[in-house]
Amino acid sequence: MKKSSYPGYEAIRRKGWLAAHKWLLLRRLSQLSIMALFLVGPLLGVWIITGNLNSSLTLETLPLTDPYLILQSLAAGHIPQGTAIIGGLIVALFYFVVGGRAFCSWVCPVNLLTDLAFRLREKLGLRSATSLPRYTRYLMLLATMVIAFVSGGIAWELVNPVSMFHRGIIFGTGLAWLILLAIFLFDLFVSRRGWCGHLCPVGAFYSLLGTHSLLRVRADARARCDDCMDCYLVCPEQQVLRPALKGADTSPVINSPNCTNCGRCIDVCALDVFQFGIRFDRSDSSRSSPNQAASPSTGV
Amino acid sequence: MSSSLTKPGTGKRNDSRRRFLLELGRSATGVTLLSFGIGLYSRQSASMPANAIRPPGALDEGEFAAACFRCGLCVRACPFDTLDLARLGDGVTTGTPYFTARDVPCEMCDDIPCVVACPSGALAPELEDIDQARMGLAVLLDQENCLNFQGLRCDVCYSVCPAINEAITLEHIPNTRTGKHARFIPTVHADACTGCGKCEHSCVLEQAAIKVLPLKLAKGELGRHYRWGWEEKENAGSSLVTPDGEHRYNLPSSKRYDFAGEGLLESGE
Ligand code: SF4
Ligand code: SF4
Ligand code: SF4
Ligand code: SF4
Ligand code: SF4
Repeated sequence: MKKSSYPGYEAIRRKGWLAAHKWLLLRRLSQLSIMALFLVGPLLGVWIITGNLNSSLTLETLPLTDPYLILQSLAAGHIPQGTAIIGGLIVALFYFVVGGRAFCSWVCPVNLLTDLAFRLREKLGLRSATSLPRYTRYLMLLATMVIAFVSGGIAWELVNPVSMFHRGIIFGTGLAWLILLAIFLFDLFVSRRGWCGHLCPVGAFYSLLGTHSLLRVRADARARCDDCMDCYLVCPEQQVLRPALKGADTSPVINSPNCTNCGRCIDVCALDVFQFGIRFDRSDSSRSSPNQAASPSTGV
Repeated sequence: MSSSLTKPGTGKRNDSRRRFLLELGRSATGVTLLSFGIGLYSRQSASMPANAIRPPGALDEGEFAAACFRCGLCVRACPFDTLDLARLGDGVTTGTPYFTARDVPCEMCDDIPCVVACPSGALAPELEDIDQARMGLAVLLDQENCLNFQGLRCDVCYSVCPAINEAITLEHIPNTRTGKHARFIPTVHADACTGCGKCEHSCVLEQAAIKVLPLKLAKGELGRHYRWGWEEKENAGSSLVTPDGEHRYNLPSSKRYDFAGEGLLESGE
């Protein structure tokens, strides 16, 4: 492929490499440091966070629990005790504000894997015809609830790659790498952004949680857009861009709950069309400071 | 909805609707098949290997699958590294805590840190006295290799038991092999054994003769109509059936009975 044709080329040329990778770098830093925080306990004996993404205890005081897991537990017929409920509420509240799928781009370890598969896929120029509808993830979400209810156990946890990956790194993988390999190959050869963009019920759950999130990517400067398509090419959820970018009479806010607030579109846009902001239109939107409004890197 | 499918002449809209329904049907079928797979797998994984023991206070296996978050906080709380989180392929439901008594038994901590750490209630917080834990039940499985059963005085499982003389006692019976000695039989009592596995862990044999089993596997159950006559008699104050006659012996001439506790003996002894 022609050197100047890769998405972000123009942005790098105009803004410099660092500025054109700012959010990507911050995101990787967030993903890796969260992993590191969980790992310094078992590796070095420094216990900052104990447990894993399913449920954890930070500095022996702050309980955090995956609210999706609590719902499955309820569906399976168990009422979790107070600590778990409190932990679940804290997590739910957090993602309610910063955008549910910020979990996907800033925390989830599988994202590292599927992003890698995507990059490789683009590099190798792989094109495949399999097109899954994006709503399949919501069917998956429903299915995980139904099997929890019918089997009376949190059956999804038997195969959930998100917790397998995270738990695997902290507690030992066993054969979990097989499931991860399957996802990687699926994303690489079978379906573009297949797992995270179409199937993962965890992402689907968090998208619902963040439907009304405060933190949003905005295309306030959409008039500047010169249709270079770079944002479409990097966005893991392309379909969310069009309404905000091209809808003349719609709000410039990317309002789809499936925007992962990854900020990659902000990075690659040479014309700085996008910025982080809040969902509400303010009369004085030009003064909104993107750096202040967006600090999902603190999300655990 | 389906009627509009068959109506001719609605052109494009009809087409895209058909495509949508087809797509929906396809992905729904895929998801359903996957769910069946997971459902079946969850059934299969519900049966634990017999040597995998749950931590103290664990709910019944069925409930445990619904309650445990697979977070490993119990594992981290255990000061003796007794517990482990099952990995995919371990045979125990992936991500749930268990221990293998032969490797590392539960030391029965007074403050039960594993239960305290559990956020979900999968390890029931009602368990406040570790002596009340019922992780499993020790069973002396191999009488042919247990040293005490042969009349030797190993006694190790007995001496290591944290609830010695309650959970496990040594019951003596005559040693018919030597004819002179007693055998001290390690005998586990379900009303006090916590299933900690110290006995199994310490058994000196290559393969432990005494093993902790899940309660469901270890325990028998009386027929529901069945009553122990002597207990009923004691409750009632007298025999509930015919009055007890005086017991009469009818021994072969070569045998005699020693009432002092030796039991049945050869006449000459
Ligand atoms: S979609 Fe699922 S696997 Fe992908 S990043 Fe989100 S939670 Fe993780
Ligand atoms: S719209 Fe932007 S922030 Fe949202 S997912 Fe796409 S690239 Fe990421
Ligand atoms: S009671 Fe103590 S030794 Fe036993 S599993 Fe719990 S923490 Fe570990
Ligand atoms: S602490 Fe409780 S919820 Fe977490 S793994 Fe142990 S038993 Fe399961
Ligand atoms: S498992 Fe063994 S050591 Fe533990 S209480 Fe029972 S008999 Fe005693």
